[in-house]
Amino acid sequence: MYNFEYKKAGSVDEAAGIVGADDEAKLLAGGMTYIPTLKQRLAAPTTVVDLNGVGGLDGISADGNGVTVGAMARHAAVAASAEVAAAIPALADLASHIGDPQVRNRGTIGGSIANNDPAADYPAALVGLGATVQTNKRAVAADDFFTGLFETALGQDEIVTSVSFPRAGKAAYMKFPNPASRYAIVGVFVAQAADGVRVAVTGAGPCVFRVAEMEAALAASWSADAVAGIGISADGLNEDIHASAEYRAHLVTVMAKRAVAKAG
Amino acid sequence: MTEQGIGAAVARREDRRFVTGQGHYTDDINRRGQTHACFVRSPHAHATLNGVDTAAAGAMPGVRAIFVGEDMAEVGPLICGWAITDVHGEPFRAPPHPALAIGKVNYAGEAVAVVIADTLEQAKDAAAAVEVDYGLLDAVVDPAQATADGQPQIHEAAPGNLSFEWALGDKAAVDAVFDGAAHVTSLEFANNRLVPNAMEPRACVAEYDAGSGEHTLHIASQNPHVHRLVMSAFHGLAPEHKLRVVAPDVGGGFGSKIFIYAEEVVLTWAASRVRRPIKWTAERSESFLTDAHGRDHATTAELALDSDGKFLAMRVDTTANMGAYLSTFASAVPTYLYATLLAGQYTTGGIYCNVKAVFTNTVPVDAYRGAGRPEAAYVVERLVEAAAAETGRDPAELRKTNFVPADAFPYETPVIMQYDCGDFAGSMDQALDLAGYSGFQARKAESKAGGKLRGIGFSSYIEACGVAPSAAAGSLGAGVGLWESANIRFNPTGNVQLFTGCHSHGQGHETAYAQIVADKLGVPYEQVEVIHGDSSKIPFGMGTYGSRSAAVGGSAIVKAADKVIEKGRKIAAHTLEASEDDIEFAGGNFTVKGTDKAMNIAEVAFTAYVPHNYPEGLEPGLDETAFYDPLNFSFPAGTHVCEVEVDPETGSVSIERYAAVDDFGVLINPLIVEGQVHGGIGQGVGQAMLEHAVYDGAGQLVSGSYMDYTMPRADDVPSYDVGFNGVPSPLNPLGVKGCGEAGAIAAPAAVMNAVHDALRDVGVGHIEMPATPLRVWQAIRDAA
Repeated sequence: MYNFEYKKAGSVDEAAGIVGADDEAKLLAGGMTYIPTLKQRLAAPTTVVDLNGVGGLDGISADGNGVTVGAMARHAAVAASAEVAAAIPALADLASHIGDPQVRNRGTIGGSIANNDPAADYPAALVGLGATVQTNKRAVAADDFFTGLFETALGQDEIVTSVSFPRAGKAAYMKFPNPASRYAIVGVFVAQAADGVRVAVTGAGPCVFRVAEMEAALAASWSADAVAGIGISADGLNEDIHASAEYRAHLVTVMAKRAVAKAG
Repeated sequence: MTEQGIGAAVARREDRRFVTGQGHYTDDINRRGQTHACFVRSPHAHATLNGVDTAAAGAMPGVRAIFVGEDMAEVGPLICGWAITDVHGEPFRAPPHPALAIGKVNYAGEAVAVVIADTLEQAKDAAAAVEVDYGLLDAVVDPAQATADGQPQIHEAAPGNLSFEWALGDKAAVDAVFDGAAHVTSLEFANNRLVPNAMEPRACVAEYDAGSGEHTLHIASQNPHVHRLVMSAFHGLAPEHKLRVVAPDVGGGFGSKIFIYAEEVVLTWAASRVRRPIKWTAERSESFLTDAHGRDHATTAELALDSDGKFLAMRVDTTANMGAYLSTFASAVPTYLYATLLAGQYTTGGIYCNVKAVFTNTVPVDAYRGAGRPEAAYVVERLVEAAAAETGRDPAELRKTNFVPADAFPYETPVIMQYDCGDFAGSMDQALDLAGYSGFQARKAESKAGGKLRGIGFSSYIEACGVAPSAAAGSLGAGVGLWESANIRFNPTGNVQLFTGCHSHGQGHETAYAQIVADKLGVPYEQVEVIHGDSSKIPFGMGTYGSRSAAVGGSAIVKAADKVIEKGRKIAAHTLEASEDDIEFAGGNFTVKGTDKAMNIAEVAFTAYVPHNYPEGLEPGLDETAFYDPLNFSFPAGTHVCEVEVDPETGSVSIERYAAVDDFGVLINPLIVEGQVHGGIGQGVGQAMLEHAVYDGAGQLVSGSYMDYTMPRADDVPSYDVGFNGVPSPLNPLGVKGCGEAGAIAAPAAVMNAVHDALRDVGVGHIEMPATPLRVWQAIRDAA
């Protein structure tokens, strides 16, 4: 780890002010990616701005429209939330399978989506449910939030404050984990979302994406068989020692099928 | 058996301190004035070293010294301690391996320089500022290609990147048998390279006392005296009597902490230069890049059978990847610890094995849990299983047809081993029962109904533990003796300190050895303390590896206990006014035969230290040392049965059942033994399904972290069914055999045979370890 200034922010505005004034300052939420990065000297920030002292960012609430999860809500809190389980059980289920207990007790939804790891689980839920990301500046639709490999629509002084998930009909998430890291090699979230059927895929490509053909098929007939025959192209998908692009493409279909079956 | 003697399932006494954070590991040691070392490591697999500029780094804050290879010219290179004579009668090529590279680097991670600074951060900062001018060379990574024409040459002293070609057996005779055989099974496969991954990374703290001239090295080592011997005799760092090596609590070794590495040599040497204690603890990334790796064989193997399914002969051709240099015992692994086990449990008539040991631009490969024996068991058991499938025989029955019968011991194999005892068929029968073999077809049908493929696989392994005797090992090239020492020291108040030359780094010696002493001498278990690891306390010993600590180290304890009893008998006879011949010893009491006159061993000890009324001419004290050189290896064997279910849609394999029946002879502590079996199987499952050190073509380790190197987790393995079929070894006083490596030796073949059995239904003929979902899916798709 290189030396850096450590500041525990008392408010979102204070944190935004620091990172807005210094391109080399970085925000720290759960730190599940950033702390290992620092320890390996793969990052050399001037200042680390810790959001863990900002009050009121970790709430979880539900109303008739859906669920709102505070940016600093831990994965374990989402997994254990009665409100989430009642409103969108697939979201609680997804959160309960992120990483391991240590990660779930530290990692936050805001940190996860701001990092936008191509193999993270939450992006699939946000896009699969048509969620809205609330920042200190604006509301961004999930479809517009995730822009590329570790890239989001967030500006330098923009901080996620909460994520709102609209209620959905049937929904489920299935992932095929990387045997080593247990991140998603492929994760597929299927939902009868508020604005129609959505199929969101994480892990397979550089960034979460939707599969229009599967969405149309499921809109016509919500059944595993409806997507079983729909393959996606391997072009542009990720490749590593654990999975070829072709294998990932194959797993998208398999996981989509299983997610629909799981959703009932 | 007493309550806490031999055979009792005593909970490990050392676990309380380990699980409550009270262990003392090398990294816990901190000295006044301590400095920190950071090694500058080559990012390239193969390059000339055109210059190392340390000027800027040397001027940075806190830097005490920076050393490069040339600075250490007086220090001898790292050695390989097992000399091999090749097929031409020539010595193996063991090119020089300087602790810090000189002239060129031969693997990514090789140490080029060391920075010693007041803090670790300062050392790291300065290491990053050392400027190294590398001249990039093409790398040799694939062992199969290493000796081909036109490949980059790694060492001048090893033309064609060949360390040695070695063979065992009569090729012409074996070839002739193959020519006339009714059936020949032939397989080609790799034994995948593994990274040891001990929980505690390698670490050392080196100190030099200018007043006494004494060096002290605390190190995560499996064999502190071997470290001291090699560092004195070959590196000339200090004479043995001025070098104290202490291996305190050590968090796992699996072989990787046997060897003498660059870091401890550099630190010991440098501590006397900078006149400050120096600490180095490997970061996990460094462990991946510098701990000696395991396995990495490419093999073609053939088995010749007659029309009745009898094994006539075996022919094996192996290329063993040694990595960039020969590590401390690397040459023994693919030779005397491998080819000598190719008879397995069978009466195979003739065996010929040829081994080419080649250099590549990768981390050196050396002994890793099982060391050669897992590779041998995999060859034999994959061949047998394939032969059964090809000839339409039940794999269990084919094995039984060929087992060495229980009445044939001692049994001479065609590959220079003499098995002392065993009950191979008995273990197989017990394993079939434990595995529920008769119900397999029903379970398979059930899996099929759910869209899954189910397979069952056997592994009737044998291994050789406790390399011995010293004279035989020496005649085969070993540079050391392979005996063990024990010192039983009674204190005047009757309690006992046992000093052992073995080293515990997870084995539970503090418990098991105390049980042996308690059992043999009748001293309460709680009153026996086991001391190991400090060369200034313990007698010279060879350490712990190769499952030797029970059969060799435990036998030394028995021999020392015998001496204690012998002396105690003299003292008791004198005190009780009886003849020595009339004194019986049992349960801690010396009794005059046929009377109730008795003296407890604690009273004898007190008398020995307060010898007011004492036998004339007898030395005071009760403190006996024994050195034990075994008569032979011990040969644990057994049958493991694995049952897997494959999801053909994703390629995922899950282990549904795993039964193991092992013959470890007499069990000192069944609880510890069962734990060893569980851990060994876990590592074997890791090799078969999960773990793989993958290099790219440029010699970069792609699976260099836990993000890509798959360690077995609890949910990767089932709950095991473990049974024992112990046949006491007649060759050591405890009747024990080793148990530490058996699981890792047996499991890969059991798992892979099960995977092959499952995939046979969909036309897959061959799949390599690790059988990852990607590989299984690809194999199914390719077969379709």
